[in-house]
Amino acid sequence: MADNKNTKMSRRKFIKNSGYVAGGAIGGGLLGTLVTTNVTNNGSQTASTGTNGGSDQTNFNKALMYFSRQSDFNILSAATERIFPEDDNGPGAIELGVPYFIDHQLAGGYGHNDREYMQGPFYEGSDFQGYQTRLKRHEVFDAGIKAIERESQNNFDASFVDLEGKQQDEILQKFQDGDVDIKGVTSTTFFELLRSATIEGAYSDPLYGGNGNMEAWKMKEFPGSQMSYIKKIDSEEFIEMEPRALRAHISS
Amino acid sequence: MATKLDKVEVVTVGVGWTGGIIAAELAKEGVQVVGLERGKERSTEDFQMVHDEYRYAIRYDLMQDLSKETITFRNNRDERALPMRQLGSFLLGEGLGGAGVHWNGQTWRFLPYDLQIKSMTDEKYGENKLSDDYTLQDWGITYEELEPYFYKYEQTAGIGGEDNPMGAPRSNPYPNPPMMDTPITKRFKNAAKNLNLHPFQMPSANMTENYENPDGQKMYKCQYCGFCERFGCEYGAKASPNMTVIPTAQKTGNFELRTDANVTDILYDGNRATGVRYVDVQSGEEFEQPADIVVLTSYVMNNTRLLLQSGIGEPYDPETGKGVIGKNYCYQILPGATGFFEEEKFNTYMGAGALGASVDDYNGDNFDHSDVDFIHGASVSISQTGQRPINNNTVPSGTPNWGQEFKSQSIKYFHRSLSVGGQGASIPHRENYLSLDPDYKDAYGNPLLRLTYDYTEQDRKLHEYISAKCAEILEEMGADKVESRSVSDHYNIVPYQTTHNTGGVIMGDDPETSAVNNYLQMWDADNLFVVGASAFAHNGGYNPTGTVGALAYRAAEGILKFREEDSQLVQKTRRSQLA
Repeated sequence: MADNKNTKMSRRKFIKNSGYVAGGAIGGGLLGTLVTTNVTNNGSQTASTGTNGGSDQTNFNKALMYFSRQSDFNILSAATERIFPEDDNGPGAIELGVPYFIDHQLAGGYGHNDREYMQGPFYEGSDFQGYQTRLKRHEVFDAGIKAIERESQNNFDASFVDLEGKQQDEILQKFQDGDVDIKGVTSTTFFELLRSATIEGAYSDPLYGGNGNMEAWKMKEFPGSQMSYIKKIDSEEFIEMEPRALRAHISS
Repeated sequence: MATKLDKVEVVTVGVGWTGGIIAAELAKEGVQVVGLERGKERSTEDFQMVHDEYRYAIRYDLMQDLSKETITFRNNRDERALPMRQLGSFLLGEGLGGAGVHWNGQTWRFLPYDLQIKSMTDEKYGENKLSDDYTLQDWGITYEELEPYFYKYEQTAGIGGEDNPMGAPRSNPYPNPPMMDTPITKRFKNAAKNLNLHPFQMPSANMTENYENPDGQKMYKCQYCGFCERFGCEYGAKASPNMTVIPTAQKTGNFELRTDANVTDILYDGNRATGVRYVDVQSGEEFEQPADIVVLTSYVMNNTRLLLQSGIGEPYDPETGKGVIGKNYCYQILPGATGFFEEEKFNTYMGAGALGASVDDYNGDNFDHSDVDFIHGASVSISQTGQRPINNNTVPSGTPNWGQEFKSQSIKYFHRSLSVGGQGASIPHRENYLSLDPDYKDAYGNPLLRLTYDYTEQDRKLHEYISAKCAEILEEMGADKVESRSVSDHYNIVPYQTTHNTGGVIMGDDPETSAVNNYLQMWDADNLFVVGASAFAHNGGYNPTGTVGALAYRAAEGILKFREEDSQLVQKTRRSQLA
């Protein structure tokens, strides 16, 4: 599994704290040698041994900050897996840790719309005026997940987590099409939040709890945080390289 | 009760590119300047963890905190404007350096045609090329007059570029050479040449060499790491106010920067500005800062809002067409096309904000508009800014946006699709304007700015024409499948489009139809200057920052002149008669 990786990261500090000078005047002169090292030693940053290291290390980050019922979290997990499923390309949302990413995000600023205008009065608005619900994201997820389960019981007489993939897709499609009633928010708004959060969890830096072992970046051949491509950018060939995450910027 | 501070000679409201340029130019001349910036101080040291798409490009870490202040929006006057509760269509900057920190660095000079667009259009196509609903105006300045200030800004910001045969004429070469060619830019240029167009490397504020500007500020050669737009540069390779004009102002000893200082009002005695009122956002304390000269150097939105809020200048009324504050809000029209390549992969994850190649054959009046129903056009470019995986999930049309097929296709085309797009001119319309919202308030109880905006017929025709040209180029580049963009039914505040908002406090030569003269000095208050893209009488076919920088240098010169003359710097002409 993604969290049981056994990496041999060299943790090279290509941004050295000693590079900082008073006033924060950092520049090419100071970083130049580090960048060069970086370019010539492509790949040594993240020599992962694979997704299944076989270690028994527990990832204590995989626990719930936001959801209070594991059953709700399981419905969320099943829905994200349909949005970003495991396939021939590689792991899906669950293996990547996306449900934990969403749980953790809902517990913080994202879930509580901290940096957004949430003063009333609230009106429905046109299709061109954007998010107008009084519900915050965490409340939209709560209501949406309950509605998924309700739809599942009504349509298939079973819990969403026990449905076939195609049946789950049918329900999710109804949400996307706006065909499910949720108090305070359209089902389309909920679905689009769920959809974008799933993709964000899959492809964000693994520090947020998704993109386990950078497997989504590897699938998409995105090398993450590299400091320089100046010696590669004129290459006529496509260049594959081992991705690097922000963890590599931390000196201890 | 506000604490009244000692009077200063000049106070600027906002410290980004325009506030920084004003501060640097005045402080170098020995003028005492106070810069009020409502955000935090920040520098290159703050950007060492910046290669984080989620934090910066998705959750907008560097952008305005909308819980304190946003705008309201409606498509037309019959609708109720509602708050822009989340950032989307454009990304307002916040903090020292403003949007000059998170820009890409694509740096252009508007065309001579732009500055005299009304008279040149009338002369060539007659006065009825567009209907009276389009409030097209000359800018009150010619390109020849503005040319030296463009160069000054390019030197400050270390712009790298090469000759553009269809662009605005240059008296001097660019301070730096152009950015590197890549397989993507070469492919575009070859195709453009085959189509008898005139391609060139896009002018860039990402340094192409280690560079020291005329003020002695150093910047470093860009490493093409692919994290530019929405990010600060961790390497000091992207020109920003923080790398250039702010330290230049600071080293004179004549500039005092006050961060966390949010200006709420301009103090005005009916004739002159007497200072500003601001709130220290950390303590909540209120201050009055008297000043001989007040310079508004915040973004388009706040320049306009502060004037409306403070009762300076006549608010624009779309019903009568009278008034000037809030008039001629423009945006940018974004035509384009995407090409899908089945057999080839490009290194699209590498890049720099202003790495690209362009043609100007379809911009301004560089082509004959006799047989089309619109004016102006767009610079057409391919840009290689560095694609990142959350934001870039380009799939052929008809593909669902979730599920296995989406996953597979978005992974496949991540390196197999290229886009060619236009920065399309936005022509003012009498119904597109800025005003104060009657209902919604900011964190200090002041009314939010209200945006009333929709696409016009002119916009749709320009979009359609330029999108077809973009598609032609991609076909010539060998794409297996090409899809043109289409314009949505109405302007939508949600999907990101561009942070090229303009107008609201426009320049011109007539106080009846413009708010500021060609030194960006208010007609209605001689000691008040309003600097920024708010002065654009329309938006041209390029990214705006180069022209904003030129106007800021022009305004700085005007402020120095005003210190001597203490009067209006430009003769008013009142030749227009509005209906």
